[in-house]
Amino acid sequence: MLVGGAAAVLLVVGVLLSAGVGQLPIPASEVVGSVLRSIGIANPWTPGDPLVEQTLWQIRFPRVVMSLLVGALLAVAGAVMQSIFGNPLAEPGVVGVSSGAAVGAAASITLGLAAFGGWTTAVFAFLGGLAATGIVYATARAQGRTESVTLILTGIAVNAFAGAALAVFMFVGDTASREQIVFWQLGSMNGSRWDEVGVVAVVGVLSAAGALALARRYDLLALGERTAAHLGVRVERLRIVSIVLVASMTGVAVAFVGIIAFVGLVVPHLARMLLGPANRPLLVASLLGGAVLLVYADLLARTLVPAADLPIGILTSLIGGPFFYWLIRRSRRRGGGWA
Amino acid sequence: MSAAAIRLDAIGLRLGGADILRDISLDIGFGRVVALVGPNGAGKSSLMGIMAGDVRPASGDVLLDGRPIGTLRPSELARMRSVLLQENRVAFAFTAHEVVVMGRAPWQGAGDGRDDVAIVEAMAAADVAHLAERTYASLSGGEKARVSLARVLAQETPVVLLDEPTAALDLRHQEDVLRIARGLAAGGRAVVVVLHDLSLAAAYADEVAMVAAGTLAAFGAPADVITAERVESVYATPVRILSDPDTGRPIVLPRRSA
Repeated sequence: MLVGGAAAVLLVVGVLLSAGVGQLPIPASEVVGSVLRSIGIANPWTPGDPLVEQTLWQIRFPRVVMSLLVGALLAVAGAVMQSIFGNPLAEPGVVGVSSGAAVGAAASITLGLAAFGGWTTAVFAFLGGLAATGIVYATARAQGRTESVTLILTGIAVNAFAGAALAVFMFVGDTASREQIVFWQLGSMNGSRWDEVGVVAVVGVLSAAGALALARRYDLLALGERTAAHLGVRVERLRIVSIVLVASMTGVAVAFVGIIAFVGLVVPHLARMLLGPANRPLLVASLLGGAVLLVYADLLARTLVPAADLPIGILTSLIGGPFFYWLIRRSRRRGGGWA
Repeated sequence: MSAAAIRLDAIGLRLGGADILRDISLDIGFGRVVALVGPNGAGKSSLMGIMAGDVRPASGDVLLDGRPIGTLRPSELARMRSVLLQENRVAFAFTAHEVVVMGRAPWQGAGDGRDDVAIVEAMAAADVAHLAERTYASLSGGEKARVSLARVLAQETPVVLLDEPTAALDLRHQEDVLRIARGLAAGGRAVVVVLHDLSLAAAYADEVAMVAAGTLAAFGAPADVITAERVESVYATPVRILSDPDTGRPIVLPRRSA
């Protein structure tokens, strides 16, 4: 409860800050005023300057909402992966799901595919992510558990292959698609549009609701899959559904903002430390925490270097990399090995 | 009392081209404790996997309370039989109490209000109430085994399958587990327990099923199954059978040179 309240406060402050800070500074009161007016509540804080309104609604808000959604999705995707792999080191970026999705997205751009209209890139990112998750899952698991070493090695292989595939698409693609691909590898919220936000929101709400509905079953999966089955879980079906959920959450995030690593690792881990391992509170906390983390990360990315938009993926990796290292050290010390 | 709790009819199992089990038939009644014994690799765990519905036999029929096990949905099965595996690991830092609560999952939505009572009773019976708030991973091997047993007890199923529940336990807790099994049987449940200690099996089981090289070497009352000739031929080691002065049950003593 306390944690939830703190997260909510952080979230609101982050949104106000992120919407207000930038080349054109906008006071928090005007941000609130503009939002209130948009939902039909007349108020004294409404900004008078049409430029402020335009900046808020065409540039800042879509970007802020995109950060919230992508952060929430990646964190939930990470928590779900950790449950089905039975390993706290599983994460879409680490094991190559994100790169798989980026390859799918790159393929659709370079080859000029448009089979699904505005959803095309997202659909291909989903398919790429699905293939990567499937490969990692099939390779890295034995008897319902995943040894860290196997998981990480599989991730290295998938990431290496995906990196090469991306390079091929860059090589054969034109300048515009090359720029797109570089953008994915770094990850950025820059230039988020409402129609993109819409796609992420639809997929995100459905997938997150799906993951939450499965929370109790994920708890049982911690007992090992045979025991989970003895308690009535259809393990095979749960796995398949979960892989699809992870691929769609990661795919839709990657399709529009690129690879943002470690969110799915850091957020569920902190949530577990604060709330314990039970999946229902864990998933809710991950959703909130991921949103909070990326709103602040994006704010930093926009403001850290004056007059430059630092790719947010660089920032999360700068923080997430050392965190990951610490996690590995800790799990080694605890487990006395690579269990 | 109509149907047997578990009926195996001419069970055969092949894995990787090898016969693991051949032509095993036996009935296990409600209210009985049946010990499954036999040398390493004889097929005890495979047989238990078949009774649990994890493994589908290549031939033969398995009936659980009169119903073919293959026709039961996972959720129905979870309300009929509980299983304690040899090895129990728990990913993430769940507490002992949380693990036992998971045993109630099959009854979610049953609305019988049994959950709290079942959990408290199970933890008391397995002597783990004092471990409730410890994380499972921090427990000793024997404590883990007892917490897992409490999880199985909390599931409150008419059929209880225990695969080597005593392996990690000290003398007192070994006896406790078998007494719990007797208690379950007294309440009308069927308990199947895989044991290595033949004397322990003889002391607590109503029937002993001895598995040897994938076949059922003998099935019946402990004194009929656990004879020196049979144990020597199945285990290929000389033994002497004594009689417990208190209970008259057989005690198996390997013959050792002085």
